[in-house]
Amino acid sequence: MGESASEHTQKDTRGRRKLLGFLFGSGVTASLISFFYPILRFVLPPLSGELDADTVAAKANELAPNTSKIFRMGNRPGLLVRLADGSYRAYEAVCTHLNCTVQYRDREHDIWCACHNGVYNLNGGVVSGPPPRPLEQFEVHIRGQEIVVSRGSRT
Amino acid sequence: MMEALRNWMKARFGEGVLDWLWHKQVPRHRHTIWYYLGGMTLFLFVVQVVTGILLLLYYRPSPGEAFESVQFIMTKVQFGWLIRGIHSWSANLLICTAMLHMFSTFFLKAYRTPRELTWVTGCLLFFLFLGFGFSGYLLPWNELAFFATKVGTQMMAAVPLIGNWLLTFFRGGEEVTGATLTRFFGFHVAIFPLLTTGVLAAHLFLVQYFGMSVPPSYQKAYDKGEVPTYAFVPNFLLRDILGWYLALGVLAALAALFPWELGVKADAFAPTPAGIKPEWYFLFLFQTLKLIPGKVLFIEGEQFGVLAFGLGALLWMLVPFLDRRPEGPLGRWVAVVGGVIVAYILVMTVWGWRG
Repeated sequence: MGESASEHTQKDTRGRRKLLGFLFGSGVTASLISFFYPILRFVLPPLSGELDADTVAAKANELAPNTSKIFRMGNRPGLLVRLADGSYRAYEAVCTHLNCTVQYRDREHDIWCACHNGVYNLNGGVVSGPPPRPLEQFEVHIRGQEIVVSRGSRT
Repeated sequence: MMEALRNWMKARFGEGVLDWLWHKQVPRHRHTIWYYLGGMTLFLFVVQVVTGILLLLYYRPSPGEAFESVQFIMTKVQFGWLIRGIHSWSANLLICTAMLHMFSTFFLKAYRTPRELTWVTGCLLFFLFLGFGFSGYLLPWNELAFFATKVGTQMMAAVPLIGNWLLTFFRGGEEVTGATLTRFFGFHVAIFPLLTTGVLAAHLFLVQYFGMSVPPSYQKAYDKGEVPTYAFVPNFLLRDILGWYLALGVLAALAALFPWELGVKADAFAPTPAGIKPEWYFLFLFQTLKLIPGKVLFIEGEQFGVLAFGLGALLWMLVPFLDRRPEGPLGRWVAVVGGVIVAYILVMTVWGWRG
């Protein structure tokens, strides 16, 4: 009788100990999460807010036919090309391979990346070299004396 | 798990290397509570290091960007308000606990032989913390900080002989400008941390090496082994950790309920705003300087104040060497003088805060 009673209490305390251990452990875990969650969120910078607004890339008479310029589009460079026929095209000037800034070649009439010899055509498509994807093309509008570039209907 | 860890260490480093940690005992008596203040100060310092490093990810130390970058942290970065709030609040609580720690060891005469150097390194740490507070205050580049720094550095000009050199050195020029900001940034994140690491290591080593001091009233009983003790690991350490846990909660609550203001961006050509005041821990200095007349005896008032405080700080650091018989009448006088100093600081702080 006595023995089974003490066995009973032993089981009881073990159960209680388990419960207390569980409560304590989950409390500590929850605390640690609440300490580190803000830190993790803090170290990731807020998005600089992709500029959906129109960007003035150049003045109307700035570029002669068959020339180009790099302009600022939010935080990244854009490439504005005036084709030989006088029309404008604009691209994101960041190579899809490893993020180098591309340039327009007026002799070859193509877009070239100096880093790994990637070549794009004037529609942004990959002609040769390592780039995995075409360059993103922007919409170009002529508004009065300004060449305005926007991301267009892309969401 | 503790036991396993201990065996693991023992197998590699042999007996004795970490044994002091397990054998260390903390005396238990009426004044044991004061033993926790050092650990609390250390914890708040760690909080400062962690939040400081985090703030460094976004802060930009130039007059054109400093204010804006802090504004960015406060408004755009996720939990930026929390990290900066904790950094500011913890800085103030740190000075506060360091002061309490210092005065408690002073009145319990913990500096008596053989712990003189523990006291000296502790004083150096306290002065370094004041330096952290002073240099960090300027970094958000707001109006209050700008003028507080102007006044604070101007005081250095009153130091005899090298005053002007000191002024130019700390300002990085003749005026408080962007050069001062860059310089203070350097002090705050490189020079002071480096010095603090060294002095703190020495302080902690000395504390561990000599063990806890018991107040003179318990010394005899302690030597006879009549004062009960408990183990540093885990008994004392667990209580420490509990205190730190609570402190973290208090810090987060303070940061959330009483956000640290950023104020207005500094403008060197705007008039100094009314009611300009330094941080609370410099108030007693500020108030004293306001009260000293233009000329004391044959030297300038400001010079007199700076000399007096400089001498006071030096004497304070040398207390263990001046108080040679802590239990004799001299020791009692030292305690009385300490009491007067505390009363003076309290009165001047309240006065400076209200006036």
